Amino acid sequence: MGITLDFGAVLARWPMLLGGAWMTLELAAVATLLGFAIGVVCAVGRRGSVHWVARICGVYIELVRNTPFLVQIFLVYFGLSSLGLSLPAVTVAIAALCINVGAYSAEIVRAGLDSVARGQVEAGETLGLSRLQVYRHIIFPPAVERVWPALTSQFVLLMLASSVCSQISAEELTAAANFIQSDTYRAFETYIIVAVMYVVLSLLLRAAFWALGQVLFVRRRRLGTAI
Amino acid sequence: MGGHFTFSHLEFLGRGALWTVLLSALGFLGGGVLAFMVALCRISGARIVRVASGVIVQLVQGTPLLVILFLSYFGLPAIGVPVPPLLAAGASLNLYIGVYLGETWRAAIEAVPRAQWEAAECLALTRVQRMFRVILPQAVHIATPPTVGFMVQIIKSTSLASAIGFVELARAGQIINNSLLEPFPIFVLIAATYFAICYPLSRLSRRLEARSGFAPVEGAAP
Repeated sequence: MGITLDFGAVLARWPMLLGGAWMTLELAAVATLLGFAIGVVCAVGRRGSVHWVARICGVYIELVRNTPFLVQIFLVYFGLSSLGLSLPAVTVAIAALCINVGAYSAEIVRAGLDSVARGQVEAGETLGLSRLQVYRHIIFPPAVERVWPALTSQFVLLMLASSVCSQISAEELTAAANFIQSDTYRAFETYIIVAVMYVVLSLLLRAAFWALGQVLFVRRRRLGTAI
Repeated sequence: MGGHFTFSHLEFLGRGALWTVLLSALGFLGGGVLAFMVALCRISGARIVRVASGVIVQLVQGTPLLVILFLSYFGLPAIGVPVPPLLAAGASLNLYIGVYLGETWRAAIEAVPRAQWEAAECLALTRVQRMFRVILPQAVHIATPPTVGFMVQIIKSTSLASAIGFVELARAGQIINNSLLEPFPIFVLIAATYFAICYPLSRLSRRLEARSGFAPVEGAAP
């Protein structure tokens, strides 16, 4: 039994593949920004002295981290529609991704915030800085710098997880692949090409985060000094 | 259609949950064997083995599990390699788990202080003896909390097997929803069941982590 591969039939659909990859990047970018914002708010809230805020943030984080993303996206999708809101699949996908990555990045950011030495915070308070200023200028920069590699991995995983959005027919890369393979009957070639595209996307994303890290952090420090 | 949630629906969900647990257990066993090999290859003395295993790890970690599942379920039969669904789901999960867990275990092996290798060498132990008698017992201690934590990821990732028609918990929920048309309460129930399975493991992992004094910060698959 001979195996013949025909990548040409799949590659002929390149506009659709590129469109899907672009949508995947858009989903990942929006969810990364909003999710990081949610994560920071939750991390600060969870460490804060207001008991019920800390409690709510903790419950949110545990609920999201202990259920699969597939179920979360169904819940958001059907939850919104049972409220009478029928939003486009892409909006639902972004909402679900934000809720998901918010909880994961909250835990990472919290680890970073906890790693800043108590003495630094006290020094800031002694200088008469407000709570917000202490967070903004003293705790936040080194905290984010320390967990930057973990955040990078998390955001790459988020981009890969956006493939699950194909299950509610958001038109991203995996959904494009599903369409192309049912149209060309070239399932193996389609998914190989899409897998390679995902690998390239994740390498690009890693490179982008590395470059961003260089701009944000390294130049402020002399070589050889600790963070 | 529509209708009421009855005991037989609950039984169907229970069977789905059982498959989720079973698929997770299979994934952990098969993936664990693969992970051990990945970890050893990644720290191998031979450069070619190190580089080759590193490339494979990068490729698998750069691809979504869903695409790996589709590749084995739709892709292999399309080029004339017949694969039963259980095998497709199991093999994809094993590959995925083996690579991620393998990297965790490699980090654990590398976290054992260098001096332990040197001390074992001074005692004239062979490389295999050093590995199995000195390094691995300590690495197992370091790797236990993140491995328990990773079991949560495994359980959650089995939900994707529903996309290729494997009837586990998430798929059971979809099927029941197709007859009852009450998606929101059904998926709340499904989420609660996943939570009930995963949360104790999360707690256990954190307890073990606090006790061992190692608290690695790392990304986790959603």
